[in-house]
Amino acid sequence: MSKIHVTTTINGDAVEFLADPRETLLDCLRDHVGLTGTKEGCGTGDCGACSVELDGTLVCSCLVLGVEASGKSVQTIEGMATDSELHPLQRKFVEHAALQCGFCTPGILVAAKSLLDRNTSPTEEEVRYWLAGNLCRCTGYDKIIRAVMDAAAELRGEAA
Amino acid sequence: MSIKGGVHQDLIHDSAAKHVSGRAEYTDDILEPVGTLHAYLGFSTVAHGRITSIDLSAVRAAPGVVEVITADDLPGENDVSANGMHDEPLFATDEVLFWGQPLFAVVAETRDAARRAAALAEVSYDTLPHATDIAASRAAGAPLVTPPLTLKRGAVKPAMAAAPHRIKGQMEIGGQDHFYLEGQLSLAIPGEDEDVRIFCSTQHPTEVQHVVAHALGVPAHSVTVTVRRMGGGFGGKETQMNAFAVIAAVAAKRLNRPVKLRLDRDDDMSSTGKRHDFLAEYEVGFDDEGRILAVDGDFFARCGFCSDLSGPVTDRALFHADNAYFYPDVELRSHPLMTHTVSNTAFRGFGGPQGLIVAERIVEEIAYHLGRDALEVRRANFYGPGRDLTPYHQQVTDNIMAEVVDELVATSNYAARRQAVLDWNAKGGIIRKGIALTPVKFGISFTATWFNQAGALVHVYSDGSIQVNHGGTEMGQGLHTKVAQVVAEAFQVDIDRVKITATTTDKVPNTSATAASSGTDLNGMAALNACEAIKARLAAWAADKAGLPAEAVVFGTEGVSVGDKVTDWAKFIGAAYMDRVQLSATGFYKTPEIHWNRDTGQGRPFYYFAYGASVSEVSVDTLTGEYRVERTDILHDVGKSLNPAIDLGQVEGAFVQGMGWLTTEELWWDDKGRLRTHAPSTYKIPVASDIPREFNVKLASWSENREPTIKRSKAVGEPPFMLAVSVLEALNMAVASLDGYANCPKLDTPATPERVLMACEALRSAPAPAKVLEIGE
Ligand code: FES
Ligand code: FES
Repeated sequence: MSKIHVTTTINGDAVEFLADPRETLLDCLRDHVGLTGTKEGCGTGDCGACSVELDGTLVCSCLVLGVEASGKSVQTIEGMATDSELHPLQRKFVEHAALQCGFCTPGILVAAKSLLDRNTSPTEEEVRYWLAGNLCRCTGYDKIIRAVMDAAAELRGEAA
Repeated sequence: MSIKGGVHQDLIHDSAAKHVSGRAEYTDDILEPVGTLHAYLGFSTVAHGRITSIDLSAVRAAPGVVEVITADDLPGENDVSANGMHDEPLFATDEVLFWGQPLFAVVAETRDAARRAAALAEVSYDTLPHATDIAASRAAGAPLVTPPLTLKRGAVKPAMAAAPHRIKGQMEIGGQDHFYLEGQLSLAIPGEDEDVRIFCSTQHPTEVQHVVAHALGVPAHSVTVTVRRMGGGFGGKETQMNAFAVIAAVAAKRLNRPVKLRLDRDDDMSSTGKRHDFLAEYEVGFDDEGRILAVDGDFFARCGFCSDLSGPVTDRALFHADNAYFYPDVELRSHPLMTHTVSNTAFRGFGGPQGLIVAERIVEEIAYHLGRDALEVRRANFYGPGRDLTPYHQQVTDNIMAEVVDELVATSNYAARRQAVLDWNAKGGIIRKGIALTPVKFGISFTATWFNQAGALVHVYSDGSIQVNHGGTEMGQGLHTKVAQVVAEAFQVDIDRVKITATTTDKVPNTSATAASSGTDLNGMAALNACEAIKARLAAWAADKAGLPAEAVVFGTEGVSVGDKVTDWAKFIGAAYMDRVQLSATGFYKTPEIHWNRDTGQGRPFYYFAYGASVSEVSVDTLTGEYRVERTDILHDVGKSLNPAIDLGQVEGAFVQGMGWLTTEELWWDDKGRLRTHAPSTYKIPVASDIPREFNVKLASWSENREPTIKRSKAVGEPPFMLAVSVLEALNMAVASLDGYANCPKLDTPATPERVLMACEALRSAPAPAKVLEIGE
């Protein structure tokens, strides 16, 4: 199948790649752009490991075609830290030991950031349900929830 | 002053910064060499049958296909069994034994092309009768996949006959998919001569090495297997990776190009083994106080089509069928049944949970029978002085069960909360509550004694930096971090100087699986042994130069002191190098004192026991069967923790995984023998909204391992998984409230909302069975 030339913005940078029109955004990111931080856990939209933002909307990149990114802006885990400084969410995940194997971590961080961008002071219950689409098999989630609550407090300028 | 990152400190996972920024490299993230091909598998579509014809011409002709590999193309044996039983063909050739069994592999330019091509095979079968579950397997008189075990002490028959009370029961215990977030995959890169290098997500690199060597018909020295980290393992990557690594390696050598095989999640779940489901039939004799006098039990396990690890798994179920309780007269028998399903395998706890939960069910049955709080019955039956011999004749010498339970009863406010639950239920509403406290005692060591050995390799470079390598694999449990802490502590340097590198068979050979919770116990000791060797050489050299005895050399936080002269670590090492001191050493460890005779059912299979207890409180909607866990309190024993932050994470994660096993994770095969819950859309592991609303987890900080393990710590991987039993028992209590706790509801597992609702209905309809009949007529 002939390939399609995709021009898009990823983490603020203009990016071009050639994609088979059947390829998912997930595969394009990993295989054509070399951004392997986004993971595949299921390929069917049920685990959240592949979470990215597309024009500000949280999506499973395994359910989006690569060509759909044309002219849009994609945010992945690789774009979360700025100038070698971790985003408060990333820092809190490290501080709270909210990860073990780390395979779910990029997707959960992208999903959590998208929550905090919309809702600066979520309740614990809101965090639990927002993240209910992101599977983690290792941690049992408690430390993840704590880390998100703590990061939200810090972003609001409250001392934890 | 102390060093940064020594032992007994909270320290983050060594890869945490990489995990959060997406830079941690998993096997699928390794840059593929130019020319890498992709393999995929063709799977059987019957549960049991003879292959009458197999036409792969359409597969070969499909776009992008480079090669098709069948059993005939294998240079060595068509077998990937790791235990030498030769009962696990890589490709089914004549008889198919489960739905999803690999038949052939196709290699193509892209993964997508390989997957599409694999689906084009034309295979016809003469179907044969299949038995996918335990009941069907027993009815069909199916064979056992491996010899059974009997554990026996005393004379169970007369003791049972003489007991004032007797209860007979049975319990169905469901299986569980590992659902490691990172699926199975393997990348093989061919080298010169017979060499091949394999990167794969495995808990057991040495076994992959041997199975690949066997399939290629080459010596083990030609095969190198490397794994930096896994995206979860939980036992699912102990033997289950072997077949995929073999296919990648065979294809790579045949085509002389790198070959990668990464399974799709659905195929991964359909064609890799899971936790064994069990059916337990038990009889218990007890006195008026609830003291157990005799236990007789049969443990039937769905093992799948071949033996794999089913022998040791079913053995471990028997080893834990006592949990923390003394059985004066006991006989326990395992029945590892062959079924036409994928071969079940290792999964956190390794059969232990399935044994332990039966002990807890027995206690519960006694409590309901006598109308007591199950906690009283538990305490009456704990091992204690003069009552300390297990069914496998090992004496329990490190028992802290009562202390753990007493502390948790106090900190969780158990008594008052139980009363509150009873009061709430007495009001008779739709929402019922339950609360339960359950203990865990878990034996640590591989029951195959020879696996209890480990090796390590420590290099000190002339700039003072240190590299350590050992046989354990990192799957998120923090093993590498703990071993690095041990090394930093040994040399008294900051942990930043220590780098742990990928586990690889060409650095440390003949390793054991990272399993049985033993990773840190074994590899930490081996690494320490290597450090001690280097320190001894350094001390001898420095003392000799200073004309002092070796004891005058002290490795301290400020540097190395020789007499009263202190030298900075890096300078000291640089000088040692210039003076030609060997700065590299291997280390070795084997667990002392353990032995086990399977024929007599006697020995000391476990070096020590780990203990823990949990209290869970649940609310159940008795009209829908839906429930939630309101609060869980845990007190768990990890000895003197090497790293409390990591250990707490293990305890929490294990508990929630155990909760999934007992509540929402249901494996379901249809009548054709096909697994229908093969993706997260239908197979439900816990999510963030399922976990206890209040979750109080503590380590028993006063505990120290009585055995001289690494810094007196205890293994943590598996034991806390079984803490989740308190959730099941709390659900039972909520349901039991419907008829005033007169009956033990005996929920089978997983206790899905559907099952809970059925249990509620059974109790509600029990007083008026005639009505049900009327409606039926
Ligand atoms: S990989 Fe996209 S949701 Fe699982
Ligand atoms: S940390 Fe392993 S899946 Fe979440």
